[in-house]
Amino acid sequence: MNSNTTILDQVKKATLLFALLFASVSLANTKEEAQSGDLKTEIKEYIAHHLQDAYDFSLFSYTNEKGEHVYIGAPLPIILWDNGLKVFSSSKFHHGETVAEVDGNYYALYHNKIYRTDANGTINYDEEHHPTNAKPLDFSITKSVVSMFLVVVLMFVLFKKQAESYAKNGGLAGGVGRFLEPIVLYVRDDIARPNIGEKKYKKYINFLLTIFFFIWFLNLLGMTPLGVNVTGNIAVTFGLALLTFIITNVTGTKDYWLHIFDPLGSTMPWFAKLPLYIILIPIEVLGIFIKPFSLLIRLYANMQAGHIVLMSLIGLMFIFKSWIGSPLSFGLAFAISLIEILVAFLQAYIFTMLSALYFGFAAEEHEHH
Amino acid sequence: MEKLIEEFSLGLFVWQTLLFVGLLFLLAKYAWKPILTAVEERENTIKDALDSAEKAKADMEAVQADNKRILKEARAERDALLADAKKASTQMINEAKEAAQLEADKIASAAQAAIEQEKNAAINELKNQVATLSIDIAQKVLQGELADEKKQQALVEKLVNDIEIK
Repeated sequence: MNSNTTILDQVKKATLLFALLFASVSLANTKEEAQSGDLKTEIKEYIAHHLQDAYDFSLFSYTNEKGEHVYIGAPLPIILWDNGLKVFSSSKFHHGETVAEVDGNYYALYHNKIYRTDANGTINYDEEHHPTNAKPLDFSITKSVVSMFLVVVLMFVLFKKQAESYAKNGGLAGGVGRFLEPIVLYVRDDIARPNIGEKKYKKYINFLLTIFFFIWFLNLLGMTPLGVNVTGNIAVTFGLALLTFIITNVTGTKDYWLHIFDPLGSTMPWFAKLPLYIILIPIEVLGIFIKPFSLLIRLYANMQAGHIVLMSLIGLMFIFKSWIGSPLSFGLAFAISLIEILVAFLQAYIFTMLSALYFGFAAEEHEHH
Repeated sequence: MEKLIEEFSLGLFVWQTLLFVGLLFLLAKYAWKPILTAVEERENTIKDALDSAEKAKADMEAVQADNKRILKEARAERDALLADAKKASTQMINEAKEAAQLEADKIASAAQAAIEQEKNAAINELKNQVATLSIDIAQKVLQGELADEKKQQALVEKLVNDIEIK
């Protein structure tokens, strides 16, 4: 709930500041109106492009004097399953500009998805303008996968170091562990223990710690100029929420299931419960799915929105090109960055907190009356 | 919603799940377990240390109370001893005073007696001397006086006058 208000506040603030900016700048240049229209769509496309996953790790791109797009970055491996494993470098696509030929098959990038095409890269559409070309199973090492892999390695190194530092320092954390330990203990003492209970929290603490730092680090990585947006990707948040869902229901006790299928218990005779249960049980069953679903949407939407707001503000700089607008949009982008750093922590906290809460429901054991 | 499903990438989901689950197991084994064990051990050590400090404090207090009691007893004993000593000394002084008084009285009375005796002896001696001298003088006077009749007569008269019959 906190997250929704934060996002709302951000949007409100952003709109207000946008209005201010427009007011100040519309006075300055009315001549460039026609040109800035193109620029606006370009910025829009750029933002949309950034929010998506990519098949190459490009840091930035520019157009040179000859009108060619130059990309600075590294291509990544494409892994397809299309009647056999196909592995090739994403440089074959030339950032979507050419068709890649592998083992006699042709593949083209269309709207950031790989389709099988003919040698010319023809894409066939249905009435609703959806491509009808075959989509091979795509397990490519995309930018997000690389980012996640980086975070995995970083986390493993950091926490391994912390774990090792205890033995060296006589039971005290050393080095980076001094910084990490309070956060680890925060997750244990303020998220896991109060929500799950003293007896059972140990069963879930590994997952909670891992997911907290994983989301937090990925969120923070999204704030770097590397331009990755992993936690703002629905597939990633879906994967994380799915794990919470599986753990909740696999570890659910008898009481947990009783609460879903017999929520009123022995407070009423069965014939009185029957009509109520026609409504109640579907709601409870739906709740099993809605809870983790809210997790995945919340994280996705918050990170996505943060990136959109931030990049829009930066994009304004190119639209206004004035002494008032550019510093103002820089200032705003800076302020939003600070808020985003808070949001990065907050979203990790909320995801972990709610996961712990659901585990708490699952692990609950009532005293039977 | 449709856009979200459109955006969903199965490959990314598979990679994400693999990476995350792998990380979960790696960290659980190599990081969280040793970290949480170390922290728990430290917490227990701190708790034990606090408990033993509490106990030491209680012990200390008991010892202090004991000390106080012992001190109090010692003081009382000292006071009693002092009082006894004072009493004894007073008694001794008194006794000594009495003995001294007695002795002094004895010596004084002995001295008085001796003085009395000496005085009497001296008086007797003096008496004898005076008597002898008187006799001598009387003899000489008598010899001188009695050399002439008249004078004899006068003397006798005078003596007779001096004698008063008491």
